[in-house]
Amino acid sequence: MFELFKTFFQIGFFTIGGGYAMIPLIEQKVVDEKAWVSKEELLDLIAVAQSCPGIFAVNISIFIGQKRLGGRGALVSAIGTCLPSFVCILAIALVFQQFRENVWVEHFFRGIRPAVVALILLPVFRMAKSAKITRSNVWIPIVSAFLIWKLGVSPIFIVLAAGIAGYAYGQYLKSEE
Amino acid sequence: MLLLLTQLFWTFFLIGLFGFGGGYAMLSMIQGEVVEHYHWMSMGQFTDIVAVSQSTPGPIGINSATYVGYTALANAGYEPYWGILGSFLATFAVVLPSFILMLLISRFLLKYRNHPAVESVFSGLRPAVVGLLLAASLLLMNSENFSSMSENPWRYCLSLLIFAFAFIGQKVYRLGPILIIMLCGVAGIVLGL
Repeated sequence: MFELFKTFFQIGFFTIGGGYAMIPLIEQKVVDEKAWVSKEELLDLIAVAQSCPGIFAVNISIFIGQKRLGGRGALVSAIGTCLPSFVCILAIALVFQQFRENVWVEHFFRGIRPAVVALILLPVFRMAKSAKITRSNVWIPIVSAFLIWKLGVSPIFIVLAAGIAGYAYGQYLKSEE
Repeated sequence: MLLLLTQLFWTFFLIGLFGFGGGYAMLSMIQGEVVEHYHWMSMGQFTDIVAVSQSTPGPIGINSATYVGYTALANAGYEPYWGILGSFLATFAVVLPSFILMLLISRFLLKYRNHPAVESVFSGLRPAVVGLLLAASLLLMNSENFSSMSENPWRYCLSLLIFAFAFIGQKVYRLGPILIIMLCGVAGIVLGL
């Protein structure tokens, strides 16, 4: 049990920059070192974790934890993955609170803000590729972005509507055939 | 206070439940709820949170939930220990749906992943998630993050330059996000943004 916690704590701690950067480390720890799952299982798992809502790394840790030790294992693994984030962010938040008015900190963050926008824009193209956006469905991301951006529609609503519409479209096509 | 904590919990539970497409796509939802809907913080503050979440250990979704939970309470004028409780609630709430779903439906999904009904749901979901991310970047391109031509032309032009640098730096030269964030922060100090 402690092994599970330690492994996922390390995975959480040593990945910077989000879920997909974690895949190589997860593979190294869970497949190569501990042999908790096979490589094929992990690939299946990655596919399922990607299609489930929620945080990718947490989904994977819950799944592997459960496979090892049931509900308790899942809980311990999830805590292990989240704990490094939690501690680091709280430490920063508590310190930053005191320096927010500092003029250097202000300049620093004013320099960062435009860069953050660019760093969020880039995954749009990466995800567009993996979501197989073609000429026939490119209107979906454009319309959803417009609804959120200009009309203030909630992204949660967009996700719900897109899932239902996709299902309805699939059923309709099938009945056509 | 109790209302704020309940709203925080419920918001992040929904984000965890409908957050398809990973941390970056989730940012769009967090922004929608936390900035646009509840006004717990300004767009500028949210952008700072994203910057910190990208450059600290851990998944971006967890990092931003923790930070937003703290900031929402701190902005409402509560003491830091209440902020810690806010952090905990937001993080717990965003993970809870994963927990329930992974335990219940992961086996089902593993089996029916290629079932036509599941596939048609995802044929709608996947492109929409790309739209979510696009909307997040468009919403962040506001005068609070970039200033504007009328308000401060110097800061506006430099912001655009930094934006271009960060974009090209990552896309063409494959610089890591932390390096880019650090360089741009230092540029902000040196140029007196």
